[in-house]
Amino acid sequence: MNDTNDSMLRADLRAIAELICPGEKVLDLGCGDGTLLRHLSDTRQITGRGIEISEPAVLACVSKGLSVRQGNLEEGLRDYPEGAFDTVILSQTIPYLNHPDFIIREMLRVGRRAIVSFANWGHWRCRLSLLLTGRAPMAPGLPQVWYASPRARPLTVRDFADFCAQHGVRITTEVYLNGDSPSVIRRAKNLLATIAVFELG
Amino acid sequence: MDDIHSVGLVERQYFTFAMDEPMRLDSGETLGPITLAYETCGQLNADHSNAILIVHALSGDAHAAGLNSAGKLGWWDDCIGPGKAFDADKYLVICSNIVGGCQGSTGPSTINPETGEPYGLRFPVITIADVVRAQRHLLDHLGIERLLAVAGGSMGGMQVLQWTVSYPERVTAALPLATTARHSPMLIALDEVGRQAIYADPNWNHGDYYDGPRPNTGLALARMIGHITYLSEESMHQKFGRRLQDREHFGYDFETDFAIESYLRHKGSRFTERFDANTYLYVTKAMDYFDLSNGHSNLAKAFEQSAGVMYLVVSFTSDWLYPTYHSKDLVSALTAVGADVTYCNLQSTWGHDAFLLEVDTMTRLISDFLDRVATQHGISLPEAQMPRAAPTPDLVPVESDSQQS
Repeated sequence: MNDTNDSMLRADLRAIAELICPGEKVLDLGCGDGTLLRHLSDTRQITGRGIEISEPAVLACVSKGLSVRQGNLEEGLRDYPEGAFDTVILSQTIPYLNHPDFIIREMLRVGRRAIVSFANWGHWRCRLSLLLTGRAPMAPGLPQVWYASPRARPLTVRDFADFCAQHGVRITTEVYLNGDSPSVIRRAKNLLATIAVFELG
Repeated sequence: MDDIHSVGLVERQYFTFAMDEPMRLDSGETLGPITLAYETCGQLNADHSNAILIVHALSGDAHAAGLNSAGKLGWWDDCIGPGKAFDADKYLVICSNIVGGCQGSTGPSTINPETGEPYGLRFPVITIADVVRAQRHLLDHLGIERLLAVAGGSMGGMQVLQWTVSYPERVTAALPLATTARHSPMLIALDEVGRQAIYADPNWNHGDYYDGPRPNTGLALARMIGHITYLSEESMHQKFGRRLQDREHFGYDFETDFAIESYLRHKGSRFTERFDANTYLYVTKAMDYFDLSNGHSNLAKAFEQSAGVMYLVVSFTSDWLYPTYHSKDLVSALTAVGADVTYCNLQSTWGHDAFLLEVDTMTRLISDFLDRVATQHGISLPEAQMPRAAPTPDLVPVESDSQQS
């Protein structure tokens, strides 16, 4: 089934890749070194664009043959006309944002749909850690102490679903993952998932 | 000098056009005949699709790469040559002196064929669009229908942008570096001070000085002001600090005390050996007139026909002459029209000169970008090349003084 060879990707990126159709126009916000965009270009012939703040990451993207602009997401998104993309991706970037609500609205303005992935603080280990140790939990897969930048932005699967409901954002697909395990979680998602991927449209 | 990365000896060539019918200029005046001095390195491929035009900044010339007959290195030799940013093994690299220049191309110091005297201020005022129009004639002559890329920094970047607006169908990729789509009031102010320095030199004589002493004091002063703007405060700290020049203690006189003074005086006087004061006036005026948003409600309008060009825009964090917002405005406009834009704001302490000095990063960035452009457009390599001539051994390379900005 995996003729696109997504198996070489990290589980959360794989879950995103599986939602992308061949030939789409894709914008990746906080695209890092361009791993996902490169993969999507190779396997699905997408037209990809990236926005990334870090200079070394931007240089890495250019060396991968990607079109990327350096800067923050607020500035970058503003320049795109409505509906410029089929899909706008925000992969594991929410903790780095100043205004996630604005970014998500903008994603749905410039894209036909948005895909958002994030670490789930609702995971049972986080809950137990706070209960038993009295210390703020770290997000699964994001060992970020509270005093270091980027500041952690704790949110859970339920928080995100509430946000979507309150803001009239329709969730069209949900994928729940546990670490790098290839299997998808189907029950007690907010307890068992370390990473959630939402498709919004 | 590492021979395998040098293009070796490069010969200056000349192309003359607009002999029968003069070229019409933005000002409404005409100019002809026009000669452009140019140099090339590398080779054209079979379908003439691998040519890169390098466009120079205020004080530059056609000698961008390799060694000329005087043994001088080209002003962008760090970035042009086999294995360098603009790889002469893959691309034909062309650089010409701009019209209005003083290094081989027709300009105010050229003899006006109608009078037998140098043009002086009778030379028509030119614009960046006129400069590009003349370059287009050269490309026609060289049989290049479409450029793989056009690249340049500072005023070179303005020409790059003008190329994509005037002739978008003839440009595949554009690399505007440390530049702007619109000259700011501060830039105009700085240029005007430079021009005033030249006007104030009694030798200037309203531009008619070619048979007597030259307005070198004014030109040197204009150049000193320019050099301050090409540096940053941090790079002045690093490069000069408060070091004294050739003395242990303050002289308590008006000779040169500080190293930075000595540097500026040296740069100023060296400049007068190779540059014409009237050209300085014409070229700064051309920059001041440059505003691609002119006549449009916004900058994006100017690029409506340019959406098919691939852009690599680069700015530098310490460049206060063309601060980052210039490049960001440009990127916003290009993004709005749907062009493929890559943008980097590179960390550097070198100020405006960073586009010439950050060689390692620029090499990586430019060569990676050009690789993508060439791959996407199926650009073939030139035929197997003849072994390159090594630099003539008795030519000792001398440091290039073509500080470009």
